[in-house]
Amino acid sequence: MSGSTNTQMGAAAPQGGAYLARPKGAGRGRRVSRGQTIARYLVLVLVLGYLIVPLFASVEFATRGDFDKATKTFGRSMEAFTSILKFPNLVDSILVSLGIAVLTVGGMLLLLVPTMVWTVVRVPRMRRVVEFLCLLPLAIPAIVIVVGIGPIYRWIGQNLGAVGASPLTLSLIDIILVLPYSYRALDSSLRGIDTATLSDASRSLGAGWVRTIFEVIVPNIRGGILSASVLATALVLGEFTISSLLSYNTVQVVIFLLGHRDAYVAVAVSLAALFFAFVLLFAIARFAPGAGSRTQRAVEEPVA
Amino acid sequence: MTSTTPDTASPTATAAGHGTGVVFDDMHRWYGPVHALDGLSIDIAPGELIALLGPSGCGKTTALRALGGLDEVDQGRILVGGKDITHVPANKRNMGIVFQAYSLFPNMTARDNVAYGLKLRGMDKARRNRKAEETLELVGLAVQANRFPHQMSGGQQQRVALARALAIEPSVLLLDEPLSALDAKVRRQLREEIRRIQIMVGITTLFVTHDQEEALAMGDRVGVMSAGRLEQIAPPAELYDRPKTRFVAEFVGLTNRIPARTDGSDVAVLGQRIPILPGTTDRGDVQALVRPENLRVSLAEDGTGRVLAVSFLGSLCRAQVALPDETIVVAQMAASESGGLYPGAAVNVAVAPAPVFVVGS
Repeated sequence: MSGSTNTQMGAAAPQGGAYLARPKGAGRGRRVSRGQTIARYLVLVLVLGYLIVPLFASVEFATRGDFDKATKTFGRSMEAFTSILKFPNLVDSILVSLGIAVLTVGGMLLLLVPTMVWTVVRVPRMRRVVEFLCLLPLAIPAIVIVVGIGPIYRWIGQNLGAVGASPLTLSLIDIILVLPYSYRALDSSLRGIDTATLSDASRSLGAGWVRTIFEVIVPNIRGGILSASVLATALVLGEFTISSLLSYNTVQVVIFLLGHRDAYVAVAVSLAALFFAFVLLFAIARFAPGAGSRTQRAVEEPVA
Repeated sequence: MTSTTPDTASPTATAAGHGTGVVFDDMHRWYGPVHALDGLSIDIAPGELIALLGPSGCGKTTALRALGGLDEVDQGRILVGGKDITHVPANKRNMGIVFQAYSLFPNMTARDNVAYGLKLRGMDKARRNRKAEETLELVGLAVQANRFPHQMSGGQQQRVALARALAIEPSVLLLDEPLSALDAKVRRQLREEIRRIQIMVGITTLFVTHDQEEALAMGDRVGVMSAGRLEQIAPPAELYDRPKTRFVAEFVGLTNRIPARTDGSDVAVLGQRIPILPGTTDRGDVQALVRPENLRVSLAEDGTGRVLAVSFLGSLCRAQVALPDETIVVAQMAASESGGLYPGAAVNVAVAPAPVFVVGS
């Protein structure tokens, strides 16, 4: 022991504060060279061009009117858009796809939210297993899923009457298809809050599991739920392979068939679907709670 | 039957409040091969504040969570107010818990957070809001009632969490290291505030911490845990002055390990004979665990010790001294009594005749 200090401290001394250190350089204006600025704008223009040119081409194509031989240009017409409603199959298929989307979103949320909350709070070691199961559909081609699930759909169609024959039963398979994307959206949201502690606090105050999930957890992952819902809706509205192979007339199947009869209307429907997706994204931006402000912390004030 | 030993039973003198008594009766909890609770038995008197102190992984939080119903016990019983609640679910136990992590519901204002437990109890909105505001007043945050958690500081959030826990008028208040995320100044202030409110309300409280200063300052009694076992539970002064085990002697407070020799009845330290605390069985060459304030340092031209450093701590002063055998010890004294000590000064070191704990060298 010679030469060494022989004094020891027992339990940990008071620890540091609640403040987080500011990252180096945070808050300072960074100088950007002219070359960097030009490069940034160039990238922005290229990306926007990559996105906008096909869109513009679609709009140009879908709004073509009569060809003017004198000027060798097309006139402009909204006939393709207005005639969407004239195709009864198309309107029906849109309604069917929306119905499937609603059922898929509802089913996905009912399946995933309680499962994920329960996993985080009660059996965290199962988190990897749940994640693996949810991501599995990404690795299985749609055709394999159809081959595997085909007999079940045949049985449903033969034994459950009108319900079994309804294209809405596609929501059962779509719930599986949207799991990877919805899981990711919900998982990132759940990681953003201290789910376990909030659940413990809620239960200690007297709430059961159902109230804890719906009154405490769900309101705090609303952004994730909205993202998961939009992703699921977009996936359902864009799903073609399985609907086609199982012979259900969803919007994508009908658009495909329409493409053979009237390419203008088919493109117009695609644009309308895209516009619908934009509206959904806007809804997320509008209704997602407290974007950007929740991470702020007030200055630590001494107790009065 | 409760197998509480006299060691763990609450002295009636501490039962100042009108809360509910709690008994941990021979509790065991395993996490795989880890024995997180190893026969834990504690008897907490109504209104008493027990601080459970120990290093990380010693089982103190497991004990608190078991009392709150957030964790199960594999063996043993928990009695609250004489009733066995071992298998009662968390939401039926009526425990108020303040967690280490910020646990306010982010989607609710401070008022709604505090009122949430009352809402679950079926209280109408006007009454629960009034009660929530009264409880926020108790913790000095009535003016923050409409703020969301992200608009409040960490200290304010923990005070709202305390108000939320108290609003439901719980049978027991459980504090799971509620101050550890706060900076030192706020932590000290909030510590005193919690203690004031606890005494005022008279609620039985279990406070878990790894910070001995907090435990000694707040607890009516302090329980020191190690490896799932309760090493000792006693009032803070007794725990500090008369540790019963080596772990407690070494864990609580600042300790010098000084070479000594004992025959079992007393111990020779720095040429003086000092009484030994019970609980040690070592004989022969040992090390005496001597508190810094029990070392007396005096300037002497022919002194055998040499001052290495002097630290001024406000009202106190600490001096590092090298003994003749090169052992380095720390002595603590009132700043007014440290006059003349300087690095390099020759000093004599003596030991106050307070009983010491000895350990094998």
